[in-house]
Amino acid sequence: MDFQATIDADGRIEPRDAMPDGYRKTLIRQIAQHAHSEIIGMQPEGNWISRAPSLRRKAILMAKVQDEAGHGLYLYAAAETLGVDRADLLDLLHSGKQKYSSIFNYPTLTWADIGAIGWLVDGAAIVNQVPLCRCSYGPYARAMVRVCKEESFHQRQGFEILYTLSKGTEAQKAMAQDALNRWWWPSLMMFGPPDAASTHSEQSMAWGIKRHSNDELRQRFVDMTVPQADVLGLRVPDDGLVYEDGHYRFTEPDYTELYDVVKGNGPCNQQRLSHRVKAHEDGAWVREAAAAYAAKRAERAA
Amino acid sequence: MNDLLEYTLRLGDDALIAAQRTGEWIAAAPQLEEDVALGNIGLDQLGQARSLLQYAGSLDGRTEDELAYFRDEREFRNLQLCELPNGDFAFAMARLLYFATYQHLLYDELRSCADETLAGVAGKAVKEVAYHVDHATQWVLRLGDGTEESHRRMQAALDALWPYTAEMFASDDVVRQLSVAVDPSTLEEEWTRRVTAVIDESTCERPTSSYQHSGGRSGRHTEHMGYLLAELQHVARSHPGATW
Repeated sequence: MDFQATIDADGRIEPRDAMPDGYRKTLIRQIAQHAHSEIIGMQPEGNWISRAPSLRRKAILMAKVQDEAGHGLYLYAAAETLGVDRADLLDLLHSGKQKYSSIFNYPTLTWADIGAIGWLVDGAAIVNQVPLCRCSYGPYARAMVRVCKEESFHQRQGFEILYTLSKGTEAQKAMAQDALNRWWWPSLMMFGPPDAASTHSEQSMAWGIKRHSNDELRQRFVDMTVPQADVLGLRVPDDGLVYEDGHYRFTEPDYTELYDVVKGNGPCNQQRLSHRVKAHEDGAWVREAAAAYAAKRAERAA
Repeated sequence: MNDLLEYTLRLGDDALIAAQRTGEWIAAAPQLEEDVALGNIGLDQLGQARSLLQYAGSLDGRTEDELAYFRDEREFRNLQLCELPNGDFAFAMARLLYFATYQHLLYDELRSCADETLAGVAGKAVKEVAYHVDHATQWVLRLGDGTEESHRRMQAALDALWPYTAEMFASDDVVRQLSVAVDPSTLEEEWTRRVTAVIDESTCERPTSSYQHSGGRSGRHTEHMGYLLAELQHVARSHPGATW
């Protein structure tokens, strides 16, 4: 079956199948960006491993950040099935030529931010990613099935952190509300620009890479999240929020902030990228040693 | 303090402080596979710490978190080896080789001790630390026998940590009097045999150092310990009585 017929029949494209160049490039860009987001996303949460306020929370957080490294690994492997190399993709990240999700350019200032990231950021990621489990490219779809299972656990643990805080002391409640105030708008921006301004969407929909528009997914997220905020006893920081015809109508975020952060002008862009580059450069001698050792072993075995 | 509590705190504090340092590597490792591996190792260490501190707490009516977050520096019983700040990756692997080889020998003995809880914790942990030993061994070999630079760094790390190893095997009244305890002095010979076999194969030289640090078991730590605890404890201590 040729490419278009497979897409039309809602089938899966596999690595050896013929595919248009644009499809391959779009997927490489999207999967790489997704993988980069996983590994950059380890930083804002990793920031709290040493300070998590109970040993149980510390263990959960450590496991979560480790899952993200694992997600990065499967996603880079999925990208590699399209004929690119992880090392080259990392170079593109490090040189700023490929992006990662802008949400990770915001700082984690208090322990409640770890709850907000799990609840809102992982919640938004799930809304974005569940449809990707049916994406037309097989290796990406299969990687996403596994990623989504773990993300739903992450989202629950974030909600549970905030639930505990919201039932706690006044200071803990204030910490939870402050985190929601700061993470709400950036979370809404995770779905990308409004449909009218989204440049890649239409072609990606036609190729079965994307299944729903940015605005549809954003609405789905708001509808899912607002009742959860009520359970937490926290106030969503949007005066325009009203329930109408089965949906919560909400105020659109200020997308100029999104475009600025994407361009590099967010609170942590420099910090995140330079931390990543430093880890990579500091590790260069280790990777060289591993390669030299493997070569020596191969030589001795020959 | 009774001997069983004291002994359990030693083991639990070693694991807790080791986990704290291992956790600092996450998102800073030389490659993504290593972020995953160090995450696993840190989680194992933290899991051991929790089981041991829960048990210690049950002996005197405290929770694991009270023990971890609300004791002061002089009350911690861990080895100084565990608290030293992270250096480069060679330092991390040298420390893991020394520490996990010790833990492996210790837990392997402890799993047949008469205290059911300690034996149970040791039985689970011995499998985990066998993997830590293997992981550290593979890296010490790669780095020692890799490039000139990695060899130099591996040697420097093995040397720098050597003066913190004798403390692992120090015997005292607590371990001699407590029947369920493993007297760590009985582990030294086998530890030295295993560790030097790895060092020899790695083409590094066996470290020689006459000075050996001590004090962790009686709560005399390095200057680094206070900062480690400040970071570990500050949120919990800022909200006394809060639940997380």
